[in-house]
Amino acid sequence: MAEQITLEITRYSPERDKTPSVASFDVPLRKEWVVLDALNYIKDKVDGSLSFRWSCRMGVCGSCGMTVNGEPKLTCATFLTDYAPGPVLVEPLRNFPVMRDLIVEITDFLAKLAKVKPWIIRKKEMPVSEGEYLQTPDQLDAYRQFSMCINCLLCYAACPVYGLDPLFAGPAALALAQRYNMDSRDEGKNERMDILSQHDGIWGCTFVGECTQVCPKHVDPAGAIQQYKLTAAQEWVKSLILPWGGK
Amino acid sequence: MLRYNEYPPKGYRVRVSTYWWIGRWAYLKFILRELSSVFVAWFVLETLLQIHALIGGPAAYADFQAFLRHPVAIASNVISLFFVLFHAVTWFNLAPKAMAIRLGGKRLPSLAIAGPNYIAWALASIVVAWLILRG
Repeated sequence: MAEQITLEITRYSPERDKTPSVASFDVPLRKEWVVLDALNYIKDKVDGSLSFRWSCRMGVCGSCGMTVNGEPKLTCATFLTDYAPGPVLVEPLRNFPVMRDLIVEITDFLAKLAKVKPWIIRKKEMPVSEGEYLQTPDQLDAYRQFSMCINCLLCYAACPVYGLDPLFAGPAALALAQRYNMDSRDEGKNERMDILSQHDGIWGCTFVGECTQVCPKHVDPAGAIQQYKLTAAQEWVKSLILPWGGK
Repeated sequence: MLRYNEYPPKGYRVRVSTYWWIGRWAYLKFILRELSSVFVAWFVLETLLQIHALIGGPAAYADFQAFLRHPVAIASNVISLFFVLFHAVTWFNLAPKAMAIRLGGKRLPSLAIAGPNYIAWALASIVVAWLILRG
């Protein structure tokens, strides 16, 4: 018989269970299999009721984030062989309410994301007939890293501030706000400043830095937030010194 | 916008443990860095007390020196020194993350930001050492 590995998976049914429990499943240990393949194997062959989110299988959609052996991971990019001989502990992402098995409720993040206005704001929109908003490669480079976010929420799962204070806007939302602040085509800095520079915004961050460590797309949310703290502090000093309030 | 979630289903919430910072070095390091502020404050307080004793005259200063020689004072100063060094090193290493300076279209490397901090620290230490040791 082929080699096997044991997965210990969190099970939770809101209709049936008061608290989550752990169920063990043995799956074939194959060199090319990631944790997500093992979950799909279980769903197809062993227990069709196992619930989890996934879509692209290649680190683009950001749906399959889970806690693997205590670390927030994209399960499509986490190979079983790295955890051999096992067992591999698969839990839902931390810091979010669990809906069923490995599925978490992310409405809170979606609401916060919309709040920071992660889109290009123009004082006056140019008609399409006048062409595109142009940008040089250097200008693109200034924010490119922050634009790589796939909203997988591993950073929220790694952030103790978000775990302890659910009002905190959180790493991805703040990094994406900074992505638009640094975009040469954007004119919405002041609009975002009022939202970002509140206590629940950038100042909630205590720079633990784990968001950056767990990010599968190397976005560096911790860096984005600290850079914005510097900007906000400079704006505050300007508003004290300059008669027109630094705007 | 997001109206379908007006009354979101509750779901099961796992409470964050009080001891969340134990068992992961990155979290523990963060807590130690935060804790270091207490010892930095202790150093500041000690310096203020020292200046106060200095103003108070030779007798008061001798008393203060006797206090410094007490094993408890020595132990607390050794611990404080460790934490102040820890604070300085971790802080200087974080500085490049907060400062994204772009020159000629390229972001300055981390060393170019952390380096001057370390050099300034070394220079300041040399000046202080010279002030103390010259006599």
